[in-house]
Amino acid sequence: MESASTESPVLLVTGARKGIGEFLAGHYLERGYRVVGCSRQPAAREGEGYRHFCLDVADETAVRRMFAAVADDYGRLDVLINNAGLASMNHLLLTPAKKVRDIFETNFTGTFLMCREAARLMRKRRFGRVVNMASVAAPLKLEGEAVYAASKAAVVSFTQIAARELADFGITVNAVGPTPVATDLIKGVPREKLDALVARQAIRRLGEFRDVANVIDFFIRPESDFVTGQVVYLGGV
Amino acid sequence: MSDRERLERAIYAAVDELNGQLPKGVRVEPVPDAPLYGKGGKLESIDLVGFIIEVEEKVKEEFGVSITIADERAVSEQNSPFLTVGTLTEYVAGLLKENGVSLN
Repeated sequence: MESASTESPVLLVTGARKGIGEFLAGHYLERGYRVVGCSRQPAAREGEGYRHFCLDVADETAVRRMFAAVADDYGRLDVLINNAGLASMNHLLLTPAKKVRDIFETNFTGTFLMCREAARLMRKRRFGRVVNMASVAAPLKLEGEAVYAASKAAVVSFTQIAARELADFGITVNAVGPTPVATDLIKGVPREKLDALVARQAIRRLGEFRDVANVIDFFIRPESDFVTGQVVYLGGV
Repeated sequence: MSDRERLERAIYAAVDELNGQLPKGVRVEPVPDAPLYGKGGKLESIDLVGFIIEVEEKVKEEFGVSITIADERAVSEQNSPFLTVGTLTEYVAGLLKENGVSLN
């Protein structure tokens, strides 16, 4: 385990209280990053090298305030992982508009706001890595996930165009598209649905946290400065 | 120092930052008549984006107010606020006024 110092790179991960985000916070702390996490609720994690903010990623004022604090305290941001996500499995005929707005607010607007504020900070050092969270729900065209998949398709389009708009600032923008991973996000999905979904993958198993971290490790390496606008789907989707 | 002078100082500080990023031989003078973008301007659109961000940040540092310079209005104005350092200064002064900061 490498220990973080004031020279260590700074990584921000959203949705850091649980699931993949919580894992990624620990994963990058172990690798010597200074980690900033955020989520709507307080996190259990505390200690050296970690700082947590409680906010809704779609709250523009709160997001700006957090980045002002990051700029003041660290003076830099090297990596942003837009992990926070909201899912809801429902037939479109039964989906209330409020649910649509909530999903797009967190999955898309949150990703946009974080990316914008992060890039403003990253451009000062002409270096930055943004990793967004796509999902196999979009390419697999999962029934019952129309709204969630549409929000992730929006994230993919945004990733590809943001990559072009931010390239001149030395910032890369990529996305990883996980298969189902055993987290709260899929706890409401019936077992047979999950089995059917996994059966459509080239490699038929649930994803694990380490699978996601592995792709992010690649995207954020200094050597990956020629890799941008890419979406890597796990499981051979 | 008057508020007007504070605003000019903030914008000229952003011009300094911009000049540090521009290719050799391209420079924006810190004077009101200096062209920015459009007629006679030397900036590429990406330079203008970086400059606008710098101005927003310098104004926030100086006045404690968050302004958004490049909204639909700025882009659709008949006389672009991005023509010269002076036109931008006037436009930002207007935004500050809307945010309760009247420049004396």
